[in-house]
Amino acid sequence: MASSSLTWRRQTIAAVRLLLVFTVLLGVAYPAAVWAVGRVGFHDQATGSLVRHDGRVVGSSLLGQQFTGPTWFHGRASASSYAGDTSGGTNLPESDPQLWKAATAMRKAAGSIGNRLPPDALTTSASGLDPDISPAYAALQAPQVAAARHLPVATVRHLVAQHTTGRTLGYLGEPRVDVLELNVALRALSETPQH
Amino acid sequence: MGDTTAGLLTILTLVVVLALVHVPLGDYIAHTFTSERDLRAERLIYRLCGVSPRSQQRWTTYAVSLIAFSGVGVVVLFALCVLQPHLPLARGASMDVSTSFNTAISFVTNTNWQSSAGEAGASPVVQTLGLTIQNFVSAAVGLAVVVAVIRGLTRSESGTVGNFWVDLVRGTIRILLPLAVIGAIVLLAGGVIQDVAAPHVIQTLDGGRQTVQSGLVASQEAIKQVGTNGGGYFNANSAHPFENPNPFTNVVQILLMLVIPFSLPRAYGRLVGDRRQGYAVLGFMGVLWAAGIAVITWAEHASATNALGAMEGKEVRFGVWGSTIFAGSTTSTSTGAVNSLHESYSPLGGGGALTNMALGEISPGGVGSGLYGALIVAILAVFIAGLMVGRTPELLGKTIGRKEITYAALYTVVTPALVLVGTGAALALRTARSGLLASGPHGLTEMLYAYTSAANNNGSAFAGLTADQPYLNTTLAVAMAVGRFVPIIFVLALAGSFAAQRKRPHTDGTMPTHTPLFTGLMVGVALLVTGLTFLPALALGPLAEALS
Amino acid sequence: MTSPTSTLLHSAGTSMPDAVRKFHPAHLYRSPVMFVVGVGSVLTTLLAIVHPSVFSWAITVWLWATILFANLAEAIAEGRGKAQADSLRKTRTSTTARRLGADGTTEEEVSAADLRQDDRVVVDAGGVIPGDGDVVEGIATVDESAITGESAPVVREAGGDRCAVTGGTTVLSDRIVVRITSKPGETFIDRMIALVEGAERKKTPNEIALGILLVVLTIIFLLAVATIPPLASFTGRPPTLVTLVALLVCLIPTTIGALLSAIGIAGMDRLVQRNVLAMSGRAVEAAGDISTLLLDKTGTITLGNRQAADIRVLPGVDAEQVHRWAQLSSLADETPEGRSIVTWTAQTLGTTADSPVDATVVPFTAQTRMSGLDLADGTSLRKGAAGSVCRWVEESGGAGVPEAMRAADEISELGGTPLVIATRQGDAPAAAVGVIYLKDVIKPGMVQRFAELRRMGIRTVMITGDNPLTAKAIAEEAGVDDFLAEATPEDKMRLMKKEQLGGRLVAMAGDGTNDAPALAQADVGVAMNTGTSAAKEAGNMVDLDSDPTKLIEIVGIGKQLLITRGALTTFSIANDLAKYFAIIPAMFVGLYPGLHTLNVMHLHSPNSAMLSAVIFNALIIVALIPLSLRGVRYRPLRADQLLARNLLIYGVGGVIAPFVGIKLIDLLVQLLPGM
Repeated sequence: MASSSLTWRRQTIAAVRLLLVFTVLLGVAYPAAVWAVGRVGFHDQATGSLVRHDGRVVGSSLLGQQFTGPTWFHGRASASSYAGDTSGGTNLPESDPQLWKAATAMRKAAGSIGNRLPPDALTTSASGLDPDISPAYAALQAPQVAAARHLPVATVRHLVAQHTTGRTLGYLGEPRVDVLELNVALRALSETPQH
Repeated sequence: MGDTTAGLLTILTLVVVLALVHVPLGDYIAHTFTSERDLRAERLIYRLCGVSPRSQQRWTTYAVSLIAFSGVGVVVLFALCVLQPHLPLARGASMDVSTSFNTAISFVTNTNWQSSAGEAGASPVVQTLGLTIQNFVSAAVGLAVVVAVIRGLTRSESGTVGNFWVDLVRGTIRILLPLAVIGAIVLLAGGVIQDVAAPHVIQTLDGGRQTVQSGLVASQEAIKQVGTNGGGYFNANSAHPFENPNPFTNVVQILLMLVIPFSLPRAYGRLVGDRRQGYAVLGFMGVLWAAGIAVITWAEHASATNALGAMEGKEVRFGVWGSTIFAGSTTSTSTGAVNSLHESYSPLGGGGALTNMALGEISPGGVGSGLYGALIVAILAVFIAGLMVGRTPELLGKTIGRKEITYAALYTVVTPALVLVGTGAALALRTARSGLLASGPHGLTEMLYAYTSAANNNGSAFAGLTADQPYLNTTLAVAMAVGRFVPIIFVLALAGSFAAQRKRPHTDGTMPTHTPLFTGLMVGVALLVTGLTFLPALALGPLAEALS
Repeated sequence: MTSPTSTLLHSAGTSMPDAVRKFHPAHLYRSPVMFVVGVGSVLTTLLAIVHPSVFSWAITVWLWATILFANLAEAIAEGRGKAQADSLRKTRTSTTARRLGADGTTEEEVSAADLRQDDRVVVDAGGVIPGDGDVVEGIATVDESAITGESAPVVREAGGDRCAVTGGTTVLSDRIVVRITSKPGETFIDRMIALVEGAERKKTPNEIALGILLVVLTIIFLLAVATIPPLASFTGRPPTLVTLVALLVCLIPTTIGALLSAIGIAGMDRLVQRNVLAMSGRAVEAAGDISTLLLDKTGTITLGNRQAADIRVLPGVDAEQVHRWAQLSSLADETPEGRSIVTWTAQTLGTTADSPVDATVVPFTAQTRMSGLDLADGTSLRKGAAGSVCRWVEESGGAGVPEAMRAADEISELGGTPLVIATRQGDAPAAAVGVIYLKDVIKPGMVQRFAELRRMGIRTVMITGDNPLTAKAIAEEAGVDDFLAEATPEDKMRLMKKEQLGGRLVAMAGDGTNDAPALAQADVGVAMNTGTSAAKEAGNMVDLDSDPTKLIEIVGIGKQLLITRGALTTFSIANDLAKYFAIIPAMFVGLYPGLHTLNVMHLHSPNSAMLSAVIFNALIIVALIPLSLRGVRYRPLRADQLLARNLLIYGVGGVIAPFVGIKLIDLLVQLLPGM
């Protein structure tokens, strides 16, 4: 029918025009406005909550990093080894034996504390970039790290406590320790002369 | 404070905030779609688009406008995806044809299923110029549809249901945009990034290398949740610390995805002139939402007793409750954003998320689509049980006759058909099966989850499935398109036939649709219809996995 | 007498041949749900032949039984109407007619079947009226027992509202000329036969809508079952085809699908039992939806005649004497009003006087508008309309007129009719002595009925020719919601259109030709069988008893029909839950032994579980046949109360009943070999 094809044509033209208008408004103006607010009001957050050490950017406090060796607190296992250009997890269900095999391997790698590892130490995160570990896992690592760095255990424990974040407002989320921030503090501590 | 107390307080916080917000927001939404005045910006837009805002459309024209607008959206987005290597800021991002097709359909249908990884697939140009816009307008389309059907219910012997362009523009400019701006600023303050710098590689503390991503995330994150879209800037979606850095932003994101769906019943009550009608629907949505979270949380808690503590695929900062509340909300709102990996959930936890989607968009469903989904349930409930009061069933004075029940029943059959046929066919085909990560019941659930998510326009995934292959890309895109637009056409047809009817007065003999009893009836109908349709599939998937 | 159960068993036996005939595919196709069962049955039969086993044959037999029971339900429902149709058909046996020629005097003998509209026929005493029509000449008593079942003859006369005669009825006395109004083969009796037999049964709007829902549900379950093989094959061996068919049949809404047409037929039949003929099922359904009832005052709300309720004695007159005069003056009055005065005064006085000797009766005439008695002792008694009697008194220079007029006005205001009594001794001036209060008497039980209707959300409007004052008084007393006073047929029509414009469905009863337009306009128009052909043509129901109060019952029957359908649909769907719990674990327990946990009923074995579900599915149809024929009892409650009640019985009951039923059947079935 002529009238119906006319309707289609007219509506399609309106659709194209509206999409163009919206592209300007929602695709350009809206993100730009939010960006401007970020520049002015929340510069640190907007740029990724970067952590500096010795004036150099060593990472983002929001992103976990790969730490190896006994001198560092270790974060959780990451499906992407904290590469940062991709994110994601293993997607394995508990019914999958691979998951249990991996857990066993992690216990073994952890040595003496292997049998006491809390769940977050035996599993991988959803993002592969989880910056946090549980206070229990941090506490478990503290003596080893202290020993490796020749620091008193109490000092390291104190450091852990300083970097433990409780639940937001007392009930939102979980208590946690940001591994990068903890390690940065640890390194700073190691670099200052000990008494 | 124990986990359980903290978790329950989190839910209480959501409920209290929503209870406070839904009244002004619902009233504001109702006002937006009844106001006679156009904003100056809107008048400008109408002039630029050649739309006359005071003209009224019949339901067929309304549908033509909607399909034309969505069709143009698909074509433009598809072109952007395919051509992105040739556009500025490509940074190596590219998609093949089937992935581009899938992505275009996915974002236009408010599904935001991402078969390609966010970081690798879409360049900043595609993200902002293509995806962000669809995040707004696909949600506004949902609003327009529900507003049309409410007009159908309130008008008497009228040939028209409103003007699509006006509803679309108002929904975008007066509702979604302000909420997105507020949401984006709150998220920004909470630590979500909003940056235009290129991704930079840094030397880590331990001497390794790490890419620190960048992007206009906060602005997309806000509309991703407010519009119940769910497509993440990054592959890990709301589990990525740049998208969702802490428990505060986590709660904000959950609130943002729930706020419009839970405010719409109030708007509905206002528009039909009986607030109790809105609260009956709100009760229905709320009960199912809470039940979904309860099931998933219970399942995860039950499985947390082993050494893995249900922490596989979850972030430490969110823990079990912060993840399950998010999971329950994202699957019940058709958002599909995730802050944990649903595939790594316990069988019943993942099954709960799956069932949440299989309910259809009703608990509280997506922006607009949730309310019209709930109204379809109300129609079915009125029809089945309404006969039991000895009158021809009616909803708000509109008779549910042959035409109306046909539209409502066909609406109900579309998604289950897509899910069951899609899953059955995919499992029978070697090419599709090759995308599965798991085997056995869990593998079945993986595929079932994919088609359930696509057909119900959710977008979350059992992400172990490698869906980025031509067969799955294409069939899932078809499921998304059919699962979105065919029901919409039935809803608009319903709007048209309601509008044309003469409104019958309410008497003591009319079946009441505002009572707790009716809310209970709706819950029963929704659970029964979903249960009866999906029980065999659920038995072979999550139930078999859980019980073996 | 036979019990209801044995009656049902008897009718089941007689209906069985019909039930078997209904296995014809063309018939099954009419109900998509049963058609799917039919296809499934054929499939399992073939499978059972190829791979015979006790299980597959048992399933096959019970699937066929499911269809048989569905057919049986319909056949029994139809069988009830058949008996009535047969007796009607007897009256239709070839009658001959004496047709008048164009000149109006010549007669010719023709077959009744050859009569055309507007033919005139002559019927004498003892003759059978050959077709439907109106009496245009003469008056006769007619025996209409053939259609109404009422043995008392009725009077039919030319002109007025009692002129309609029905073909097949017999003239008992006198001679009438009838103008035929029906086409051959379309007489009232023909239509009645077709209706009660259900031959021309068209599906009603609600039935069609419900049918669509059932089809869609069937499609959903077809999909759910059809996808089981690929899903199950993914992890193991798919279930056998027999079990898949069994599951499908259990899930699709067979219960309501099987009983749907029986419910519809039984609903029409319930009307027929009450001597109401609905011209369409649509009208019966519409009756359930009525929100406004227009009721004529006289004969519907009030008894046709006014009755004495009081006598106002004027000042200075002996009360007992007035009562006695009132009685004396009415002794010769044969009108119902007169009788009621005698009855009433007999109560107040305690006696009834003998008819006085030598008294002269003064009859009522249109001129004097009063009647009375001139006694032998010279006393004149007069009784009549206030104006006339007062004039009689004034003419003789008598007293009491202002008092009498005042009392009369008071009575009028109360909605009553005043009759003034006056006496005169010889030539002395006459005197008004009292005023009789004739009152409209509300039929017994009407007040409660109107209260019930109000609870059901139905508005009642009383239509009367009375002045507004009188109308208001009666309306208040009867408890109707509204009234239309001094109503003309046009007023009535206007009121109806106004109600309909507000979205309300209106029902009314009527008999006169001037009611015809309103009857046609009404959503439910019940014509009285005594009424004119025009009225009967215009209405969509005819009440053979010509009782306008029946409208209220008709509304109840309409609601009952809808409730029965809704209740059994709810029950049918709710049943599925238990069937799933019986079949799903049975089907997959081989694949995943863990699914045994879902076997909450602890059924004996997978085979016995599936068979028990199928048997339950078939037997529940039989069990519900009586309910679907009788209809779910309708209670005049508010909709929310009704919903809560029925939802509890049929919804919650529908969830629970099959758990119990399937378990019990399983206890027996497990005794079969091979289970």
